[in-house]
Amino acid sequence: MASKDTDTPMADAWSRPGTRTLGLLVAVAALTGYVVVFLAAEGQMQIGGLLVLAGAVVVGAHRAGLGERLAQDARDQETLLGVVGILACLVVGWVFRADHFALLMLSKTLLFMTACLGVNVQLGYTGVLNFAGASFFGVGCYTAAVLGAGTAVPPLLSLLIGGVCAALVGSILIVPVLRTKGHYAAVVTIAFAVLFTSFLQVNDVLGGPQGLRVAGMSIAGWDFNRQLAFGPVTGSFYLNYYLLALVITLAAIALNRRIERSWIGLAMDAVRLDELAAGCFGVRPAVWKIVGFTLGNFVIGVAGALFGMMIGFVAPTNFTFADSLIILSIVLLGGMGSIWGIAVASFIVILLPEKLQAIQEYRFLLFAALVILVLRFRPNGLLPRAPRSYFPGWRP
Amino acid sequence: MDPAIAGQYVMNGLLLGMMYALVAVGFTLFFGVLDVIKFSHGDVLMVGSFAGYTAFLGLEQAGIAAPVIQTIVLLLASVALVAALGALIAKYLILPLANAPALNILLATLMLGTVLRESVRLFFPNGSNPKPFPQLLPTSTVPLGSFDVRVDSLMLLGAGILVIVLINLIINRTKLGLGIRAVAQDGETARIMGINFERVVLVTFAIGSAAAAIAGVMNGLYYTEINFDMGLRLGVIGFACAIVGGLGNIYGAILGGFLFSFLQTAGTLFLPVASAYKDVFAFAVVIAIMAWRPTGLIPERSSERV
Repeated sequence: MASKDTDTPMADAWSRPGTRTLGLLVAVAALTGYVVVFLAAEGQMQIGGLLVLAGAVVVGAHRAGLGERLAQDARDQETLLGVVGILACLVVGWVFRADHFALLMLSKTLLFMTACLGVNVQLGYTGVLNFAGASFFGVGCYTAAVLGAGTAVPPLLSLLIGGVCAALVGSILIVPVLRTKGHYAAVVTIAFAVLFTSFLQVNDVLGGPQGLRVAGMSIAGWDFNRQLAFGPVTGSFYLNYYLLALVITLAAIALNRRIERSWIGLAMDAVRLDELAAGCFGVRPAVWKIVGFTLGNFVIGVAGALFGMMIGFVAPTNFTFADSLIILSIVLLGGMGSIWGIAVASFIVILLPEKLQAIQEYRFLLFAALVILVLRFRPNGLLPRAPRSYFPGWRP
Repeated sequence: MDPAIAGQYVMNGLLLGMMYALVAVGFTLFFGVLDVIKFSHGDVLMVGSFAGYTAFLGLEQAGIAAPVIQTIVLLLASVALVAALGALIAKYLILPLANAPALNILLATLMLGTVLRESVRLFFPNGSNPKPFPQLLPTSTVPLGSFDVRVDSLMLLGAGILVIVLINLIINRTKLGLGIRAVAQDGETARIMGINFERVVLVTFAIGSAAAAIAGVMNGLYYTEINFDMGLRLGVIGFACAIVGGLGNIYGAILGGFLFSFLQTAGTLFLPVASAYKDVFAFAVVIAIMAWRPTGLIPERSSERV
């Protein structure tokens, strides 16, 4: 790697730290600008054009080897990238502060991304299949609904309780999940996903097919469903949810990162790659599978609770097996274990069809076809997980 | 309980079990030859019933109204199309992915199921609404002991048994079946012995898919309604049945199918709470069985190679 960088004078100039930082900043700024323009675009032709442009830029950068260089720079300067990334998200939120629809879509994308990060802990690190992601998301939603309607639990606490409930419901499945392997393990969570939806459909206490209303979020008297106002500037109430969703997503990203960089992640990887060998080296597969599965469900549940509060209404049809498949396909599309991949894939799968009304009707068809193509020709996902690096700039 | 109603439940349960068993047999056959799960199986079944429905419409257009001819043509059209579809899926999606991780194949075929489902919904004329399936079999009843049985139910049940016996004969008594069993035991060795691996795999997928097509037509004839999203549910149930019975074993698949329909019927009849919980009950039992026997009721004969 190092010798390749200094082959040509051009590469020499590239590898100077200042240039590389600048390159990264320019890339983030360009991406932010693109997202803003994309969300603001109204006409279907404009949106189509923007998509073609994005495709061309990505392919061009890949051909020129820029993509790989940028990825390396991003790995080397992670703290900087994190700070700039958060700033970029805040800028996007600020630009669309009065636009209900854009903020709702962005928040939805962030929360689904968080749920996918939960599945990532299970599948990407520990290798535990979860075909019931949307069910645990739903457990979070329904917990928020029940707590908001019947008790005086502070809404912020119901987020955590939503996560805990999802983890508890998931613990019912721990015994069968631990004992089964491969296809037999798949049927356990698939059966649970179907069971969960039909349970909600027929359960009158939880509203049956009509669903439940969910009370909005409020923190210490700050009502999230009221319009936001900073002096003369007013913003959509969805801005509240956007900011909180951002905080939760960042926490999930941090959790994923910390797990990956710690000995916990190492143990989980060992369990995923070869359970028997891991067991021979003193790693207890059962323990790490339980930890991974429960932790993942907790993250999914928290995201679900906030999603329920934001939408204000939950119904069984939101948490079907098909929705679980969407969550799973985001993880596979992005690349198992790859946080950036999951971020990109969430935007493609959740945000894109909402904007591109022309394909709205065909979106399931198109995504299914897209996932098949990715699995066939790029089985590791769009942005495959990079080799583990224990701290920024570290190279194996 | 009134014996007539009890008889109705038993008959209904048997027919459901037969459909589940036919779907599960497909899953178990595919798993046998390639060690893969083809999850688009339920939607292939749905395509089968839509193909039958289209054939029926075509016959109506052509002015052929004899129910016997209609039934035969409908069944043949459905089976032929679906067998071809199954072989095509195997050739262009599953064989190229055969060395990929199991999860990738599972997901790819799940997504293929979505493609089939959405294609029917979007491109079949008025595809998002349920379609009335023709009632072609006689609806008269025959007395059986103390209650009456509908003739069409008996015919469907007989047809299902015939198909299962036929598949069993193909696998155990023909040269092709010998090839299938050889590939199921060890694909590499089978190839060395001069068995055309790809041909055997494609034929197996065609047979399994044809069984699903028959189940789809049975479903249509029995409920006289077909729907674009009936496949997902039947696919999930069929997969659960194949797994509960033990993969790679036809008897396991049949056992699983009838067990599941028994659980649903028992859930409807005896559950103290509302009978609406029958699916919840049946799937909960499936999960419990998986916890108790992690490789199904009739386990595969395999040992882990290290």
